[in-house]
Amino acid sequence: MLHEPAAKAEKDAASDWKAKLGIKLFWLYCIIYMGFVGIAVFSTQTMKTEVLAGTNLAIIYGMALIIFAIVLGLIYNHLCTKKEDEMNKEGEAK
Amino acid sequence: MNYTPSPIAIAIFLAFVGLVLGMSFFFARKAKSAEGYFAAGGTIHWFVNGIAFAGDYLSAASFLGICGLIAIFGYDGFLYSIGYLAGWVVALFVVAEPMKRLGKYTFTDALDSKFNSKGIQLMAAVSTLAVSLFYLIPQMVGAGVLVTPLLGLPHWVGVIMVGAIVITIVATAGMTSTTYVQFLKGGLLIIFSTVLSVMVLNKGLSSTPRPETFVPQTLTAQATLDGETEGYTFVTKIAHEKTGQTFVKLTTQKEIQLGENAPVETQTIAGWWQLEGDKLIETQSKTKTASGEELYNGAPKKAGLFKSVGYLTSLGEDESGKMIESTGKLGIFGYFAAIDKAEVVRYPKGSAVKFEDNGNHVKIWCPVVTKGSDLLAPGQYFSTKTPIGKLNFLSLMLALFLGTASLPHILIRYYTVPSQRDARKSTIVAIAAIGFFYILTLFMGYGAMTMGVIDLESGNMSAPLLAKSFGIVLFSIISAIAFATVLGTVSGLIVAASGAVAHDLMDNYFSIKMTDVQKVRAGKLTAVGVGIIAVGLGIAFKGVNVAFLVGWAFAVAASANLPSIIMLLFWKKTTAKGIAWSIGIGMVSALGIILSSPKMYAQYGLDPDTALHALNNPAIISVPLSFVVLVVISLMTQKDNEGLKDI
Repeated sequence: MLHEPAAKAEKDAASDWKAKLGIKLFWLYCIIYMGFVGIAVFSTQTMKTEVLAGTNLAIIYGMALIIFAIVLGLIYNHLCTKKEDEMNKEGEAK
Repeated sequence: MNYTPSPIAIAIFLAFVGLVLGMSFFFARKAKSAEGYFAAGGTIHWFVNGIAFAGDYLSAASFLGICGLIAIFGYDGFLYSIGYLAGWVVALFVVAEPMKRLGKYTFTDALDSKFNSKGIQLMAAVSTLAVSLFYLIPQMVGAGVLVTPLLGLPHWVGVIMVGAIVITIVATAGMTSTTYVQFLKGGLLIIFSTVLSVMVLNKGLSSTPRPETFVPQTLTAQATLDGETEGYTFVTKIAHEKTGQTFVKLTTQKEIQLGENAPVETQTIAGWWQLEGDKLIETQSKTKTASGEELYNGAPKKAGLFKSVGYLTSLGEDESGKMIESTGKLGIFGYFAAIDKAEVVRYPKGSAVKFEDNGNHVKIWCPVVTKGSDLLAPGQYFSTKTPIGKLNFLSLMLALFLGTASLPHILIRYYTVPSQRDARKSTIVAIAAIGFFYILTLFMGYGAMTMGVIDLESGNMSAPLLAKSFGIVLFSIISAIAFATVLGTVSGLIVAASGAVAHDLMDNYFSIKMTDVQKVRAGKLTAVGVGIIAVGLGIAFKGVNVAFLVGWAFAVAASANLPSIIMLLFWKKTTAKGIAWSIGIGMVSALGIILSSPKMYAQYGLDPDTALHALNNPAIISVPLSFVVLVVISLMTQKDNEGLKDI
């Protein structure tokens, strides 16, 4: 039977910290996503409002959601990598 | 549309398929062990894995389906892009690293890492199979759609071709070759989609239609009906009860040529016109005669009378009040600003009408003029004016948001990289690559809509046909990449399904003692079986939009898998029985709602109005239900967790 975790079982002292950060960022994105879906369903006309260089809210909000996901991912990776290095070093020292 | 295969297209296509198969055989030596076959030995570099993620994810649904939906319905197609991308946020922040930490070959391993439960092994494997099959259908439909214009072959031949090639790939080399095929294809898809989008922006917008585009003619109604319009003879008039529209059949003399080398002949051709006030507006039609012959705009398809559609009638006025005829090169925002002021002639699905004429089945596509501003906002595809429309839309967006992180062929990719950090990094590469591609879908979709390249019978072909308007070489490359897209995604899905059968069911659930080599053989045999089933389903679902079909796969995945993944990670009271029941109920409820939905009724050939309910997307009911079941069953079976270690 093969129930052991992935081949190279890693000890990661930062996993709880990363999980908490991940959940916070998830909710942040979720709220902005829900805002978009809410406007699309309940106030469709608002989506036609011109907001930037003759382009409407629907296009700008949609593109912004995509770009925001990338930016948030990069921030998350930066913070996690920093914390992993710190905490795993501390763990090894102990 | 009539498609004639070109030697360049065939050569490029064969070169691509040859390359893909060559890679498979090259990597076959790495697939001797179970770890090599199911998880590429856990040795893939995070960047390669990230682009391979994009390759897996940017399937036929994204490239063919979303571009097609934007081309036909405008912004509503882009809502799929937004939902699909948002799903990756869940994958990155919630699922990626724990999945890597807890699993081995399949996501069932991760779910079962704490419990070693037969119930979880069975239910998770069955759900993997169900989701994989649902996801396979649109890929196979997409394959069939592609080979028709590319090679001039019928839809079913394309489906069988993909099935045969993919079975060869998967049965040869497993996850390693699948990964490199996905890497190659994902990278090329993004590069050439960028090229296509830049070409669209460089060309700008014009209110002069291309010669290949169908531009409906207008006649004076009364004079034509009285036989006073030269060149046209009135035949019959049909009042369509359901829509309240009236259609008029006229005959006229046309020069037609049935094939490149055939002689040009003058024939009397019958065409259908829509009566609108005191005008007759030309439509496009397909007639299936009582003898079984198919006529397009009154002639066989080979005559080429049935044309591609979509053009701009107006681009608004410039500052001096003069009508704009052409914009020239446009920037990103300038492109949308110009469409916002334009008017587009399009053929939305609702504008197609079917009726009987003397035993002949007639289908007519009527042109509709729509303001550009309406096409740049939601509302043309998703009807959110009614409560059920709102519910359907919310349900779909929920499924897309939660579905990505529960797709088996995505989850197994976390086991191909060496560490959790690599799993995270590869997810971010995937988000960047996929997000960039989804922004491009806007330019490809609106480009197809405004440049008159849409095939009325297959919106899925919009992006490749847009490429064709820029030249046969670009078309051939884009189509070959799209075909490779299908190959790669289908390979990934089949590996996921074969892992579910060989590893989760045979090895774990039934405890069949197998050596490493036997396990790989079992996986390969499963791949052949799943591939054959997928071919059958691909033929059966011909003509349904592939993005819509993928929405269902997401709904089943989100309902069956996500609640258990989330609760296992974040609720310590989760029990094995809670997980098994949650997967089972989530899957059955999602499938039940889909199979009894109006869209499926239409697929069965029944009247959608007689469906058991009006919900087309199940997630809004099945996802919460799956969560509730998990909590209730877990609370009832807390004793089972005694003595178990937390993960």
